[in-house]
Amino acid sequence: MEILISIIIGVLFTVGTYMLLMRSLLRVVIGTMFLSHGAHLLLLTMAGLQRGGPPLLGFDAEAYADPLPQAMVLTAIVISFGVTSLILVLAYRTYKVHKTDDLNQLRGSKDE
Amino acid sequence: MKHEVNSKEVVFLTALHWVTVSPFLLAILIPIIYKYTKRIHTGWFVLPLPLILFIFLISNLPDISNGDVMHYSMPWVPSLGINFDVYLDGLSMLFALLITGIGTLVILYSIYYLSKNSEKLNQFYVYILMFMGAMLGVVMSDNLIVLYVFWEVTSVSSSLLISYWYQREKSIQGALKSMYITVFGGLSMLGGFSLIYVMAGSFSIREIIANVDLVTTSSLFVPAMLLILLGAFTKSAQFPFHIWLPDAMEAPTPVSAYLHSATMVKAGIYLIARLTPVFGGSPEWFWIVSVAGLVTLLWGSVSAVRQKDLKSILAFSTISQLGLIVTLLGIGSAAIYFDGVPDELYYTAIMAAVFHLINHATFKGSLFMTAGIIDHETGTRDIRKLGGLMTIMPITFTISLVGLLSMAGIPPFNGFLSKELFFTGTLNVMNYEMIDLSTWGIIFPVVAVIASIFTFLYCAILFFKTFTGKFKPENYDVKVHEAPVGMLISPAILGALVIIFGLFPNILSYTIIHPVMTSILPNITEQIEVNFSLWHGFNTELFMTFIVIAVGALLYVLMKKWSQTQFYLNERDPFNNLYDHGYNGLIKGSQAITRVQMTGLLRDYFVYMYTFIILLAGYTMFRSDAFAVDTVNVSEISPYMWALSVVFILATLAVPFINNRITVIVVVGVIGFMMALFFVQFRATDLALTQLLIESVQVVLFMLVFMHLPKLKKEVFKPGFSLVNMGISIAVGAFVTIMALSAFAMGSEAGFDTIAEYFIANSKELAGGYNIVNVVLVDFRGLDTLLEILVLAIAALGVVSLIKLRFTGREDV
Repeated sequence: MEILISIIIGVLFTVGTYMLLMRSLLRVVIGTMFLSHGAHLLLLTMAGLQRGGPPLLGFDAEAYADPLPQAMVLTAIVISFGVTSLILVLAYRTYKVHKTDDLNQLRGSKDE
Repeated sequence: MKHEVNSKEVVFLTALHWVTVSPFLLAILIPIIYKYTKRIHTGWFVLPLPLILFIFLISNLPDISNGDVMHYSMPWVPSLGINFDVYLDGLSMLFALLITGIGTLVILYSIYYLSKNSEKLNQFYVYILMFMGAMLGVVMSDNLIVLYVFWEVTSVSSSLLISYWYQREKSIQGALKSMYITVFGGLSMLGGFSLIYVMAGSFSIREIIANVDLVTTSSLFVPAMLLILLGAFTKSAQFPFHIWLPDAMEAPTPVSAYLHSATMVKAGIYLIARLTPVFGGSPEWFWIVSVAGLVTLLWGSVSAVRQKDLKSILAFSTISQLGLIVTLLGIGSAAIYFDGVPDELYYTAIMAAVFHLINHATFKGSLFMTAGIIDHETGTRDIRKLGGLMTIMPITFTISLVGLLSMAGIPPFNGFLSKELFFTGTLNVMNYEMIDLSTWGIIFPVVAVIASIFTFLYCAILFFKTFTGKFKPENYDVKVHEAPVGMLISPAILGALVIIFGLFPNILSYTIIHPVMTSILPNITEQIEVNFSLWHGFNTELFMTFIVIAVGALLYVLMKKWSQTQFYLNERDPFNNLYDHGYNGLIKGSQAITRVQMTGLLRDYFVYMYTFIILLAGYTMFRSDAFAVDTVNVSEISPYMWALSVVFILATLAVPFINNRITVIVVVGVIGFMMALFFVQFRATDLALTQLLIESVQVVLFMLVFMHLPKLKKEVFKPGFSLVNMGISIAVGAFVTIMALSAFAMGSEAGFDTIAEYFIANSKELAGGYNIVNVVLVDFRGLDTLLEILVLAIAALGVVSLIKLRFTGREDV
């Protein structure tokens, strides 16, 4: 399964990067979300998947799944939520001020 | 004769160190002094320092004259072989005396030249003191790196002083020009020093000279020599780098007299003299140094004739005289080539160089000061406006006359003596037993005579156009009168020295000139004869002087004829065009490069970053052969997981092509929820819960914001763009996949125990919790979580302020 997930991670990064390179601000924001998804899966996959039961001590299992990457990913999910919200609102604000969400039109002065 | 070398390792600054350091200390105090003593000219507080230093150095002169050498070493960066070494031998002593002596006179002169009411005296004296300290550092350092640092400080302070009247466009340009040229040379010199270190294994000049064989036999000998000469030539305004010096005349005249004629421009000469024991004796050094000097000598003197501004004439004259000294040093280096033969044939040139160095400082210093007086009292320096000042400014006239006669090489002034010696030196070249010199050597005396004719000519122009003729009051905005006494003291002292050195030149012979010669030519071990006399009989040199005076006078009489030609009317040095083109080209070129790469488009920047990341990381992976796939230790894939994965991949791939806002949100939401399903499959219940919660909130947020945003458009790229984007995305994706696979394979291959065992074992005992992930977050790594909350709080604040902030119309967004 690790190989399959690695390919999924690749797909997420491909699409995320492709969207980062697009002109619409919103697609850029979605692109960053996909990159975060990819990173979360990457962290989990590194430790190996589906080994033992969920890391709950009361749960009757021979072994537990590695709790450490889970803790890290949990933190990452929350942080990426914060980041996504912020740039989403930033995109909204940019549109309000400049009346466009096209990055080609948002570029600075010629000799900046 | 064995000289005593006073060499000591010290831990703290010695008196000699203080010579270098004290000007910097005073420079720090100047702003404070200036602030609280507005009524007294700041120059009076500066004046004692160079005077004290001069007296201190003079008191050490007898030791130096005996051939002793003082050397104190203080570790600075010992691990790199950099020590703050001060080293005082004849050569250093001569320059240190010039720096402090002329420095004293210039500061005295500046007190009257710069008004305390209208000038920024604090800045002026800070820069001057900075320069003085740095220049003393250059001539007294034994360590090449320390020398380099001081060298650059003189460049910087020189530029600051040139741009002292920074409201003037020309001052700024002159300052920049001198900065570019001298710093360019300084950097290449640093390269040369590094090469020397590679060859000799030391930065200490004394040690390098002691192990000179290491340098002369190395293949890096010529490159190091060229780089160092580049530094010396740019600093000493040698052809074709001379163009900065005339533009440096925008500085106040005390600065021109001090930095740009007496001291700083002689730093290059100092370096050439100092390194003659290392590089001299090679034919390359002989030819490069002497020919560069000869061309500069000729070019400077011819260009000086074309100028109309008093200071410009003096500037080109300085260039020419510097060329003269460099020529002599080049010629004299042959003395090392013919090792161990202390023959007058060779060392006369060095003697002439040292003597002329002193003479030039005296007469050119006084001439600059009188030019400054004329400028100060009449408001102009244009020789077409000036005239008839002889009766109005009699003292200035007398001092100038002495200086000009000396510069033109007329007896009995010191300039005559050194010019005769210069002729002797050039004539000697014809007798050198080096390759081709018996045929080509004739060039030296011929050029010397031609250049001297032009020197005579511009001296005549300076004199007659300024002081004789009819005085025209309508040419001046102010009432012209003689300068105040204080202003005349300094040029008068220098003028007196011109006469004293001319009549009694032998007071310098063994006190200073002989020790300097032994520094430049260390193979002179026995006492050589250093003797000057005004009368040598009717010899070739005297005959050459007659030619110079006769032709020069003739040319001056014919000036009406040639003053209408382009030669005279178009005074700008053609090499300035080269500089201007180079300068503009550099700016245009860098703008063009910047415009190509800094497009202001997010997409382009991402393309650069991704390309480099992939290339670098990919190359590293390839090099270390890190790619691996582990197909054994993998867990099984259930049919449910297959179905989930296929849907997930399809949904993800569809997103870039959806142009409907609601659909995009829904699909992105679905992908997020499927992430939660993945987490469930991976036995990560907490993650699944968090992901569900957050995805819900995020979908709502997207909905809210999307309402205010424009519709998505189908994005049309130029065909190339789209391919590049696609290529880079796929490369990133493929790279991450390969990395994931390899990392996983490596992890299972290494077979390390997971550090999570500790958490699993201790979560109940230490933290009293059953959910290990939660325990890790809130207990074992509690501080991390606290900071994470802080990050979220900051993000929340950002969101709120971005939404709430009202526009006033003045923000620069």
